[in-house]
Amino acid sequence: MADIRNDFLGIKSPNPFWLASAPPTDKAYNVVRAFRAGWGGVVWKTLGEDPPIVNINGPRYGAIYGGDRRLLGFNNVELITDRPLDVNLREIKQVKRDWPDRAVVVSLMVPCEEAAWKKILPLVEETGADGIELNFGCPHGMSERGMGSAVGQVPEYVEMVARWCKQHSRMPVIVKLTPNITDIRFPARASKKGGAEAVSLINTIKSIMEVDLDKMTPAPATDGKGSHGGFCGPAVKPIALHMVAEIARDPETRGYPVSAIGGITTWRDAAEFLALGAGNVQVCTAAMTYGFRIVEDMVEGLKNWMDEKGYGRLDDFIGLANPNFVEWQDLNLNYVAKARINQDLCIKCGRCYVACEDTSHQAISNAKDGRRHFEVIDAECVGCNLCVCVCPVENCLTLEQLTSGVDPRTGVPISKEYANWTTHPNNPNRTAAE
Amino acid sequence: MSQYKADIAAGRLSADEYAHNFADLHPALSDHQALVEADRCYFCDGAPCTTACPTGIDIPMFIRQISSGNPKGAAATILRDNIMGGMCARVCPTETLCEQVCVRNDAEHKPVKIGPLQRFATDKLFAAGKQIFAKSTSTGKRVAVVGGGPAGLSCAHALARQGHAVTVFEARDKLGGLNEYGIASYKTVNNFAQREVKYILGVGGIDVKLGQRLGSDVTLGQLRSDYDAVFLGLGLGAVNALALEGEELDGVLDAVAYIAELRQAKNLAKLPVGRRIVVIGGGMTAIDIAVQTKRLGAEDVTLVYRRGVEHMKASPYERELAQISGVKIKFGAKPVRLKGEGGHVRAVEFEYTHAGAKSERFTLEADMVFKAIGQKFVAGPVTGGNDVLELQDTRIAVDEHRRTSLPDVWAGGDCIAGGQDLTVSGVQDGKIAAAAMDTFLRGGAGKRE
Repeated sequence: MADIRNDFLGIKSPNPFWLASAPPTDKAYNVVRAFRAGWGGVVWKTLGEDPPIVNINGPRYGAIYGGDRRLLGFNNVELITDRPLDVNLREIKQVKRDWPDRAVVVSLMVPCEEAAWKKILPLVEETGADGIELNFGCPHGMSERGMGSAVGQVPEYVEMVARWCKQHSRMPVIVKLTPNITDIRFPARASKKGGAEAVSLINTIKSIMEVDLDKMTPAPATDGKGSHGGFCGPAVKPIALHMVAEIARDPETRGYPVSAIGGITTWRDAAEFLALGAGNVQVCTAAMTYGFRIVEDMVEGLKNWMDEKGYGRLDDFIGLANPNFVEWQDLNLNYVAKARINQDLCIKCGRCYVACEDTSHQAISNAKDGRRHFEVIDAECVGCNLCVCVCPVENCLTLEQLTSGVDPRTGVPISKEYANWTTHPNNPNRTAAE
Repeated sequence: MSQYKADIAAGRLSADEYAHNFADLHPALSDHQALVEADRCYFCDGAPCTTACPTGIDIPMFIRQISSGNPKGAAATILRDNIMGGMCARVCPTETLCEQVCVRNDAEHKPVKIGPLQRFATDKLFAAGKQIFAKSTSTGKRVAVVGGGPAGLSCAHALARQGHAVTVFEARDKLGGLNEYGIASYKTVNNFAQREVKYILGVGGIDVKLGQRLGSDVTLGQLRSDYDAVFLGLGLGAVNALALEGEELDGVLDAVAYIAELRQAKNLAKLPVGRRIVVIGGGMTAIDIAVQTKRLGAEDVTLVYRRGVEHMKASPYERELAQISGVKIKFGAKPVRLKGEGGHVRAVEFEYTHAGAKSERFTLEADMVFKAIGQKFVAGPVTGGNDVLELQDTRIAVDEHRRTSLPDVWAGGDCIAGGQDLTVSGVQDGKIAAAAMDTFLRGGAGKRE
């Protein structure tokens, strides 16, 4: 069976599934439950200076749902730990001692002054924790005080604080990045320049979950007022995948270790992040939604998939998808695909038809011999995939490559040659083909 | 020889048992259940369910409206196409209409529960007491609607919305037709038929005259001269007879009449029912009388149908309902004789009808025998006198607009030829006729010469 032991910056854990710095890792009780359930590691909920911050006493969380109230997106306005520093440090030390094979990384957030960092770092180091994660991502509450994402949004600060931490500590340093920024590569580069060994991303995205139309308050609301919270959960995964992939292909940060965070709910989500170059993954919302036991399937599922694919270790597939993440201009314009409907699976709901007819290319017919019947009209189909996206039956609609003949839509013969926009005749800035 | 006495008695059950047996067959969906179920709808394009609905309700739209938290909009979507959407949600054989063609059947053999969702939406509206319809400016035209059942009320409502003054003539002392007198009571609890009637009349502009029977209290000729147009929703006034020896015996009953009595009973414990029941027939009425007598406490209820299961008009769902209620169904046998003693029926003799077994007979003892072999139209009131309607297959002949052979008379529901004998088709007849009548009354196509 596949070996999924994880080595991230020399921090070893029995599997690549860590719990992210968040409510589930706020105290020993929860962390011990997580380790018992099988989690490979935790990033302890962010420690700050004493006196501890205070949290609101109204709702801290909000959610958006898909069908059947399946939680798709989640947000929170909870701050860093509200427990005294020494309580957390004592518990961290005890937990690490009791669970030596698990990764225990400590998230930190103190004001952007060297003295503050210099003061807290030795206290953490003394616990025997495996490393630290700098919380430059939290977008609510702390950012207004010049911490969290307020730091993460300024690459110069990221670099500066990372450097302080490397100077004043022997521990590996992970910088947790905020996605509330135009180009994720800049803080990642800064983290690397500052000497931090890795980045973790994404932290949460500024959000208002909904508006209560009776009370006219944004949610979650406390005493009739709402503040923006950090958005996370399954809905943010695509954003996180992209940011992880951007860092992996940036020439300045290529190969720079990434601990991936963002909507990871199943082993498959995790495998996708690893395929895009992440060294391991961190999970929060899925655990908060379903409890710690989900890690069982994450571990087993990942192993089974790796066995099926013949990957013996995580390194065997980490980063395999990165070379295939390219710019739009590198996509092959000679590749032609057409939608195909599996008539045996088709339940004749007509959603592909109406989507194509109303909003796209009129490339699906809805009747044959006076009966309800759906078929793709190749002469109109641009291969856009909308029908595949809206079909409620898995594998009923697929895109299929044309490998020979002529594209009935354009009349152009199918070419096996690769040709992209950079050499296309319509491109005023084209380069001459070789 | 001892004096034979049929075992017919009231109060066979405890009050709790009556309440349990005649409670809502399908309890209403809770808000949560409705949301979960509504979620299953794919919002099909050109949805097969809508096509299958005789009234063409935009089912995907009303389900989407439930999902989005717009139950009032959902109810409006339903009632715009079917003013009796509330009753149809309860009594429609959805398993042979909308739900039969739900695309979810293809994938999972489990359709979206359209009927219960429709009930959910309409119940919400009724509970809120919101009237969503209003009548238009008065046209000054007057219409007589004869029969206050689904067809008549649907027609009356549509015409009233158009601003015509409508008078409904109903022979009985309540409106609703079979919704009030015929539907099995566990399908329409809490006096729903009357609540729906009240909602329909709430549009305004509908005058109701109860106890007015066509042919005796009022004639077609009179109505034609007093009103600008007439709609006939007469229903079926008589039941088919067995035409067998012993049919006149006490205890040989008309299922339709007994069901009406049951529906109107204030206290089911006072309704006498036999210990052993034989029901003859294979349609919905046969199922309804069999199940309801069983639930009244009859010990043995046997339904005997002349032909095979594949010909039975009652749907498989209804058949199962009977069977799980403890009704025994026998196929392929017809009654040949009713045997009595002391003037009361005691047994029914049957003969097998399938080839090979002919002439073999069996006898079922019975304290009550119910005839449920179909109803028939009483044509007298529309074929006597000077105002004669053409008939087709013993019922009123109509064109596609439900217009009869007389230019100012329309008809719909069970009394017309070629119908489905369902509440929902009656509603659709009334709707179609009303549209044609409106055109006629406004002097458009089809104007009386």
